[in-house]
Amino acid sequence: MPHDNATLEAVSIDQSEGNFSFPEAYSFDAGYGLSETVIDYISDAKQEAEWVRDFRKRALKIFLDKPMPTHWASKDLENIKFDEIRYYLAKGQRPTRSWDEVPDDVKQTFERLGIPEKERKFLAGVEAQFDSEAAYSNVKEELEKQGVIFVNSTEGLREHPELFRKWFGKVIPTGDNKFSALNSAVFSGGSFIYVPPGVKVGHPLQAYFRINAENFGQFERTLIIVDEGAEVTYMEGCTAPKFETATLHSAVVELVAMKDAKIQYITVQNWSNNVFNLVTKRGLAHENAEIRWIDCNIGSRLTMKYPGVIMKGRKARGEVISIALANDGQHQDTGAKMIHAADETTSNVVSKSISVGKGRSTYRGQVHIPKHLKGCKNNTECDALLINSQSRTDTYPAITVRGNQHATQHEASVSQVSEDQIFYMQQRGLSEAEAMSLSVNGFVNDLVREFPMEYSVELKRLIDLEMEGSVG
Amino acid sequence: MNQSLSINDLHVSVDGTEIIKGLTLDIPKGEVHAIMGPNGSGKSTLAKVLAGNEEYEITGGSVLMDGQDLLGMEIDERSRAGLFLAFQYPHEIPGVSNANFLRAALQARLPKGEEIDAVAFYKQMYARMDELEMDRKFTGRSVNEGFSGGEKKRNEILQMMMLEPTYAILDETDSGLDIDALRIVSQGVNAMRSPERGFLVITHYQRLLDYIVPDKVHVMFDGRIIRSGDKELALELEEKGYDWVKEELAA
Repeated sequence: MPHDNATLEAVSIDQSEGNFSFPEAYSFDAGYGLSETVIDYISDAKQEAEWVRDFRKRALKIFLDKPMPTHWASKDLENIKFDEIRYYLAKGQRPTRSWDEVPDDVKQTFERLGIPEKERKFLAGVEAQFDSEAAYSNVKEELEKQGVIFVNSTEGLREHPELFRKWFGKVIPTGDNKFSALNSAVFSGGSFIYVPPGVKVGHPLQAYFRINAENFGQFERTLIIVDEGAEVTYMEGCTAPKFETATLHSAVVELVAMKDAKIQYITVQNWSNNVFNLVTKRGLAHENAEIRWIDCNIGSRLTMKYPGVIMKGRKARGEVISIALANDGQHQDTGAKMIHAADETTSNVVSKSISVGKGRSTYRGQVHIPKHLKGCKNNTECDALLINSQSRTDTYPAITVRGNQHATQHEASVSQVSEDQIFYMQQRGLSEAEAMSLSVNGFVNDLVREFPMEYSVELKRLIDLEMEGSVG
Repeated sequence: MNQSLSINDLHVSVDGTEIIKGLTLDIPKGEVHAIMGPNGSGKSTLAKVLAGNEEYEITGGSVLMDGQDLLGMEIDERSRAGLFLAFQYPHEIPGVSNANFLRAALQARLPKGEEIDAVAFYKQMYARMDELEMDRKFTGRSVNEGFSGGEKKRNEILQMMMLEPTYAILDETDSGLDIDALRIVSQGVNAMRSPERGFLVITHYQRLLDYIVPDKVHVMFDGRIIRSGDKELALELEEKGYDWVKEELAA
């Protein structure tokens, strides 16, 4: 049974779980580099409306005009070779609703990553993206009957333009930053979700983003609109194989929570360490709405990601809970943006980072409460754990609070796993690596509880794997 | 094969200063040996060296545990082979619950792929905690975090009871204990006494030995055992003070 062997193999060689790829066989390939021609190619392949094509072309201009943000961010950004990247790779198939119809190599990829199994066990819907386009997309029938839309962005634009266009690029304008402009020019894939008023989606919707090809950029675009009093939990997972050259992943995710709505957005990324992961994520919370970003960043060469919430309506709530693990050769530059734009809005940021070996983690937080508002609250906690003396952590909090009718609180700590602690644990029979893992898991334990059970187990396992190779 | 923890002419240095200067001691299974001595005599160093602490350099001698070369083993290997050290200052492990820590330690003793029986584990842990009069809430609390001195020491004994070592070293387990805690901890240790287990009890005061009655008492001074005897030696020491042995040694 060769298939079973492959499954077994995938289970036992966890360390390189995502590290496999299938030979390329694409019907659509936009070629290397970025130009108007490439944009026309993408728009043609997707048979897009003219307004989308124009939107892309305007974005391209903005991207080309904007400088790299190297005055505050890592110089490593200069090493991205935009001319050596392919911006669109697809098999030219529309996503299927049945795994049986998914092409074999793609299906095997997602099977090795355990996606169909998870879908059977606990998910309300799944979208699986392979390079530029979704290969599989399905949502439980009862949700569909309630009017829940869960499709990829290509289909969302085509089938639901009135909903899509109303919010598209409104939470994150094209020119927000250089990479949101890049995404706006070449976006493909990502999810489009609409939950009608009052519908509470009980089980999570899951998207899985997989990079298979070398010298490729993945630019998914996600837009989630949750109408009045409705609720949804969305989870995304990401992996890519280890290639010799750098890969670029640059997504834009916009969330819109209408009055009394709740959105929980969970990310577990485990990129191989040659991926530049430059993502813009922001939510707009209307009156009494709640948006929570729960973010776990493992792997990648450089991650820059600062999920944000604009609290636009009275009593809106925003939350960012993040765990970042930076190993050798990795830089996790993460944080949060909380923009209070109405009275009695509340935000909470809890960030924990772990730097291992020569890994580097950076926290950047922005909290903005203007003078004319009343009764706003922010709590920010960021804790860093260093595993040895070569690792590095930096914290850049920027809390702008004007007026005196607000309550803010900021705490930061840096700690280290001491040799004495490891000695103590080893004396009880744990190997050095097991002791490290347990210490690191202990450090993030209170945050891991925020993840759904299936994900907290996976997270613990990912942390164990990262720690395994880090001692000696 | 020799069923004992056998230390032979051990020499240990830290940063070039010799701390243990040719120590020989044999602890057969089934016996409780006490080491007493003034501060700075090298008692705690001996405990840490036996457990494998890498801050110390072993410059000579050997240690055999039931015939196995202990000094050639990693810290965790020694533990799994049956050596336990109750720490003088037990460390805190933030975020890791007592139950999970114990479970991980027991799991580390099983062959790969085998899982511990969670129900049996909890049953055993609760029974041991009852013996030590420990509240159940300690299972969910982070290891030693925010524990009082006495609670930490009780927790050490709980770990010992759960791991069932062949040789247990208690490093000043009595320090920081009030009289009730001392009684409870001692009961726990006494319950573990068996022909299959050896103890090395390190203490500064005779008081502990009223509760854990030793088979042998050794006096350690300046990195060596300078005198050995039965439990009467401890009483004599208590009465005459350490200066007495020092003077005898000088004479």
